[in-house]
Amino acid sequence: MADASYPDDLLYHHEHDWARIDGDVATCGITWFAQEALGEIVFYEPPQVGTTIVQDQPYAEVESVKAVSDVIAPLSGEIIESNTALADSPEAINDDPYGAGWLIKVRLSDQSERDSLLDAAAYSATLE
Amino acid sequence: MTQASTQQRTPLYDRHVDAGAKLVAFAGWEMPVQYAGISEEHHAVRTAAGIFDVSHMGQIETRGPDAQAYLQHLLSNDLRKLAVGGAQYSVICRQDGGVLDDLFTYRLADAHFLTVTNASNHAKDLAWFKANTDGFDVDVIDCAANYAMLAVAGPRARAVVANLSDGLLPPRFHACERVIAGAPALVCGTGYTGEDGVELLISPDDARQVWDALLKAGVVPCGLGARDTLRLEVCFHLYGHDLSEERGPIEAGLGWCCHEETGFIGAEAVRAAREVQPEQQLVPFRLTGPGIARQGNPVIGGGIVTSGTLSPSLGVAIGMAYLPLALSEIGSEIEIDVRGKRRAAIVESKPLYRKDG
Repeated sequence: MADASYPDDLLYHHEHDWARIDGDVATCGITWFAQEALGEIVFYEPPQVGTTIVQDQPYAEVESVKAVSDVIAPLSGEIIESNTALADSPEAINDDPYGAGWLIKVRLSDQSERDSLLDAAAYSATLE
Repeated sequence: MTQASTQQRTPLYDRHVDAGAKLVAFAGWEMPVQYAGISEEHHAVRTAAGIFDVSHMGQIETRGPDAQAYLQHLLSNDLRKLAVGGAQYSVICRQDGGVLDDLFTYRLADAHFLTVTNASNHAKDLAWFKANTDGFDVDVIDCAANYAMLAVAGPRARAVVANLSDGLLPPRFHACERVIAGAPALVCGTGYTGEDGVELLISPDDARQVWDALLKAGVVPCGLGARDTLRLEVCFHLYGHDLSEERGPIEAGLGWCCHEETGFIGAEAVRAAREVQPEQQLVPFRLTGPGIARQGNPVIGGGIVTSGTLSPSLGVAIGMAYLPLALSEIGSEIEIDVRGKRRAAIVESKPLYRKDG
């Protein structure tokens, strides 16, 4: 995706991750800013379903030609689905970071954690 | 995000910004790491022609009656083999053989040489050059500010530059003065990508004019990201990664550019290393499974990765590592600890990428 975009229906973690919360499940990924900063993503190993992730802690890595970067969990919970298609087409994270480039779905363990996340306007402000 | 920059800028800084380059701090300079994307730029150089702004690199001029004898005291290669109009690769070493820098020297006249330094080492090199003039009738001149430097590389590079030149281009490992796109230039038949091409040393005032003419002729602007993947595919050393003061030229695989009989500073240590074989050897490798090894990743059983990337030409992760001799044979299967995960790799021969496949 060519232009910066931070959809209003998502919540954001300051380490450049997003979460789309639906009941007690959140879909997570990295933001437009993160994929743009990394450049073309060439390697991603989807984490195992069943893994427990902890807010503010890394749960995966994305790699561009030049560098590797940790992906930080925006919320805590258990991974119930992992986007395994990205193992063969990690470039989807660049092309569609909020759609086909989603990374994991998590069953949330602490609903109150969402209060620490930013809305689109607040997150965008951190980038300026 | 933006903060006041204390980094130096090349004369082409505005051109990079206008072209949408992603700029990074590198060796005290604000340099383009990529424009359209590293892979795209990489392939442009392998299949057509790309241009790199390498104006951050430094230049040291050496003149005077003792210029050759003086440089022979510093440079590891045999200066007697460097004729006027020639280019020669060498290292400079400390007394104990540790590598201070690797560099190209061009002989412009019998007693006039130009040495191109790595940006990160320029100040150190200059101090070293000046500290070792005792007993030699030479002038050592820092002329880094006098030059912008453009590297044009790729199978089409020479043809494109030749179209803008007032005369024939120098052959590989030679240099001569020409006028390129209206600008006086020292044209050098050297490069860092494994492709044919030339490097142009020009006045900073002329840099935009030459850059614009080459882009208009279809040459693709390329950043330091692609420069790194290109050089690693052909196993060219990068100082600060594959070379350091803690490593000697023999273990780095640079014995071919060391002529100990010339008595350069560090020659005795280099000779000793050549005779006993160092404990480790720098070798290229390729990963056989998933993952990308990076600088600093340890190798199981000893050794360390000094460069690593995904190879855009080969589509696999590649790199170079210092390995114990027992692991360093071609075909040797190794495991690299990539941030806690063991990744399988195999030791390869140089270069990792060959033009003919």
